[in-house]
Amino acid sequence: MKITKLKTPLSEKDAKNLRVGDVITIDGVIVTARDKAYAKITSGKKLPIDLSGGVIYHCGPLVKRTSKGWKVISAGPTTSARMDSIQADFVKRTKTRALIGKGGTGKEVAEKLAKLDCVYLAFTGGAGALAASQVEGVEDVFWKELGPEAIWVLRVKDFGPLVVAIDTTGNNLYEK
Amino acid sequence: MITETNFKGAIVEMLTKAETELPRDVLIALRKAAKSEDGKIAKINYETMLKNLDLAKKSKAPICQDTGTFTFFIKLGRELKLQFDITKATTEAVKTATLNVPLRANVVDPLTRAPSLTNTGKEQPALHVEITEGKELQVDLLVKGAGTENCGRLFMAQPADGPDVVVRVVRSVLEEVRGRPCPPNIVGVGIGGSIETAALMAKRVLLRPLDKPNPDLELASLERKIEEAANRLGTGPMGLGGKTTLLRVLVEKASCHTASLPIAVALQCWPARRAKAKILGGKLKVVEP
Repeated sequence: MKITKLKTPLSEKDAKNLRVGDVITIDGVIVTARDKAYAKITSGKKLPIDLSGGVIYHCGPLVKRTSKGWKVISAGPTTSARMDSIQADFVKRTKTRALIGKGGTGKEVAEKLAKLDCVYLAFTGGAGALAASQVEGVEDVFWKELGPEAIWVLRVKDFGPLVVAIDTTGNNLYEK
Repeated sequence: MITETNFKGAIVEMLTKAETELPRDVLIALRKAAKSEDGKIAKINYETMLKNLDLAKKSKAPICQDTGTFTFFIKLGRELKLQFDITKATTEAVKTATLNVPLRANVVDPLTRAPSLTNTGKEQPALHVEITEGKELQVDLLVKGAGTENCGRLFMAQPADGPDVVVRVVRSVLEEVRGRPCPPNIVGVGIGGSIETAALMAKRVLLRPLDKPNPDLELASLERKIEEAANRLGTGPMGLGGKTTLLRVLVEKASCHTASLPIAVALQCWPARRAKAKILGGKLKVVEP
């Protein structure tokens, strides 16, 4: 089986070259955001980092504070559809190039994502321990008061396998 | 004699084991489902699931970052005179496990959404205590993440709909939720009773081992009918297509009002986390997983 390795940040070409059913892994930096961070950003709160070309991970990681800093213990994907009502607005504002999550988005959201040249990458739900083993370190954390819903900037290696489930041409594996 | 220290220790061990390894019957069902799939994407998902389970067990890390909320079903013999408050002891054990395993702090106030940080609060953890005969003590733990909990439904069907309405109801839930509850799922169905007993049955039935047939032949046949209807949907692992949408359907029923037909549906995700403790040699010991 062919696995494509991609490095962050992703270019428009990287995203456009992907097709549903492709399997990829990611090296570089991914940034977690879910319900509360999404609500803050789409209500106009200034984001502490630049996400253009970035990869957003729908995840509320289980982390532990150690003497050497944060350690990610378990960090699988969360249900993406919870963010459906503000998903397209979030991608438009942040210029995010890829979303990693589970369960996909609603049909209308998927169509909007395709128009914004943003791909949706499905990671196996529940794979928390495996995902954490692919996290090399926590680069930063913003809005820490949100706890697991904070924005965690994670340095990852061979993160995946991720299945391209919604591509920029509008193909959607969840609608098959 | 069951001491508070023994009880608390057993509950902490139940939480630790439930979060880091799956019961044998669930593992067998997952491996069987994995073998039956031939599609590339379904296979990748099962490979990731099984690899994750190996890693979680070896590294003692929670299988899923959504370490869930906890429902305890306790059978307490009326002759067993415990010298401590089991609700308090269970709550303390949840706090300890949250720090030690560690577990994600999931519990919040429902309206202000203020976090409790300890995974405890009003009615958290949930305890359902059944008084039984003799000196029995059995504790069953069900761990549920929000992904599946949010997909649970309660229906007040019409008696005139007939028994097949149960199949239609479960099918409609699965069609609606698709990949969101992390399929392949286990579905618990509580039929009859009232709104609260139907919901409680749907949850409690999820404690049953997947490899044991329902002793009630009528319910066993209903379980198979639902399984066949669900697997025809093609939702597959993580909703990305495949033959296996459900690992098992488990049904329980209770008598109800002549004018009612409550049906509760509770889903459990593929990391179907549960644990069991019993008295062995005078002490409460974890027997599963």
